[in-house]
Amino acid sequence: MTTLNHFLILLLALFFCHSVNAKTLNICVTGCSYNSIQKAVDEAESGDTLIIKKGVYKEFDITIYKKSLYISGEKGTIIDVDNKGYGFRVEATDITLKNITIKNILMSYTKEYAALFLFKSYDFVLENIKIEGAFFGILIQKSKDGKILNNIISGEGTTEANTGNAIHLWHSERIVIQNNKVQKMRDGIYIEFGNFCIINNNVSKNNLRYGLHFMFSNDNVYTNNMFNNNGAGVAVMFSKKIKMINNTFKKNWGPTSYGLLLKEINDAEIKNNLFEDNTIGINVDGTNRINYTENTFYNNGYAVKVLGACYTNIFTHNNFLHNTFDLSYSGALNSNKFEENYWSSYVGYDLDKNGIGDVPYRPVKLYSYLVNRTPEAIVLLRSLFIDIVDFSEKVSPVFTPENLVDNKPLMKKIEW
Amino acid sequence: MFKILKYSFYDLARSRWSYIYFLFYLLLSFVLLFLNNDLSKAIITLMNVVLILVPLIGTIFGVMYYYNSQEFTTLLMAQPIKRQSIFLGQYFGVACSLSISLFFGLGIPFAMYGLFQSAVVLNFIILLVTGVFLTFIFTALAYNIALSNLNKIKGFGYAILLWLFLAVIYDGLFLIALVMFQEYPLDNFSLIGMLLNPIDLARTLIILKLDISALLGYTGAVFKSFFDTNKGFIISFLMLIIWVLLPVLRIYLVSKKKDF
Repeated sequence: MTTLNHFLILLLALFFCHSVNAKTLNICVTGCSYNSIQKAVDEAESGDTLIIKKGVYKEFDITIYKKSLYISGEKGTIIDVDNKGYGFRVEATDITLKNITIKNILMSYTKEYAALFLFKSYDFVLENIKIEGAFFGILIQKSKDGKILNNIISGEGTTEANTGNAIHLWHSERIVIQNNKVQKMRDGIYIEFGNFCIINNNVSKNNLRYGLHFMFSNDNVYTNNMFNNNGAGVAVMFSKKIKMINNTFKKNWGPTSYGLLLKEINDAEIKNNLFEDNTIGINVDGTNRINYTENTFYNNGYAVKVLGACYTNIFTHNNFLHNTFDLSYSGALNSNKFEENYWSSYVGYDLDKNGIGDVPYRPVKLYSYLVNRTPEAIVLLRSLFIDIVDFSEKVSPVFTPENLVDNKPLMKKIEW
Repeated sequence: MFKILKYSFYDLARSRWSYIYFLFYLLLSFVLLFLNNDLSKAIITLMNVVLILVPLIGTIFGVMYYYNSQEFTTLLMAQPIKRQSIFLGQYFGVACSLSISLFFGLGIPFAMYGLFQSAVVLNFIILLVTGVFLTFIFTALAYNIALSNLNKIKGFGYAILLWLFLAVIYDGLFLIALVMFQEYPLDNFSLIGMLLNPIDLARTLIILKLDISALLGYTGAVFKSFFDTNKGFIISFLMLIIWVLLPVLRIYLVSKKKDF
């Protein structure tokens, strides 16, 4: 009994000690106990709260090593790195950074200077951070269980070589990236060897390369994001089991632009997305077992371009509306399937009124087949001769792949 | 020359064909805009019409006018007037009257549907300018044909054949050539092929200003530099001017020497 009592007292004492020690450190430019963030961090202990009052702090490489801190700025808290290095360098668990503006990160061709660099950090929260003139924005390596919320990141780069990525994950797991706005970087969000991440409700626009980029990353979900006017909207490469739901891919328009670039992808799901005004809506290359359902392709150059080595790509209940080419296809049909889609250029009829056209639709027109074989033939786009040829091919198909048909084209646009 | 031009122009302005041509474009544009309020979509549809119809009407009208006014021409040649100015005056009279029909026929409906407040003004102007250029080119070609053929039937036949060749057959041959030589680098060949046909040239010029140009640039570096920059636009425009100048020059030379 006494041992138990002693133990309880000890426990209580420990708890008491801890709560006494958890103090709040105020940092301001003048007039507080600290005028340097680094100094405050050095003297703080795990569990402490650091409040950075408003003002401009000319600091760089602020290092937090194995301390669980809660750091928050207020409106007007600006850290000006002044092109000298990193903003924060963190290796800690249970760390929170909030409400800070970080400016002018050093650009380098050899090192990845970031506004926030997290290494082996677990359970972190990065929230309401505004990064301007970023080289890399938020760089996270070998970390787990973090949240990146409501941040605004923008760069000023002009070429792919002298810009970094806004949010860059490397070897990280279970990170939630939500409500961020990223622009004018190389990649908006880049995930390399990142698994079980959730990317939701972000806006990624005007980036030089990709809005969102996956490399060797499995089991990730991205939903409700907006990818606007990037080199390519989203690139998913060498990854498995990615879910892409309810995203908007818009105006990824230029000579090498894609809305969505898929390369060596297995078992993905692409649902309820909108592809509008892209040079190529989806570029499909070496992908297997992918379901494309309830997507809308509107006004793209190519809605879908399928290159070789694809098996079991199922396109059902999609809307193909006014694209220059609905489909460009190379290689054998394999087990890929196009069924029950709505095609705006379908002119068949539905006598039994079951909503499904009685005449199969051939999405590959002769001209798109020719352009595929001889890309230079694109100069004849919209010429009268091409219209005549396409029409005669539609009446009696000779060249276009025989089994590449939608046998149940829908008469009405799909709504979801 | 300007006096002849004026007479030809007034003569045509009184002719009902100019009005029919004008009313056709007016009606077409109104219907297009009525069915689909989207100006840029209407411009794309009109592009197809302009590229086919303008050359056709230009050729037929040019040949027709030449043969119809042969008596008047003979009368004029009895007067102390330079021959070149007779023919050039007539040619410019026809081309101007057709251009004006086109200009107002398309312009009035679009202006009424709020063209000047929209972002596609430039595209529309390009469409109009290429339309006018095509009128001048094809009327000049028609005049050349008529000058070289006294036989009306032959003249008409050649004129229609010329239109058919440039509007349809040329593209067909071109496509066959592209497919046959697909192993070779074709970028420059295809660009030059486009420049040598005024209809293709006009089409390229319009497409360049519409968004689809990115799709063309996708093909390769040569296309990219041509279609994605002002270079392509300037070259196409210069070629259109050359396409007007050469036939007009021939009218001038032939009419100087020709024995009537």
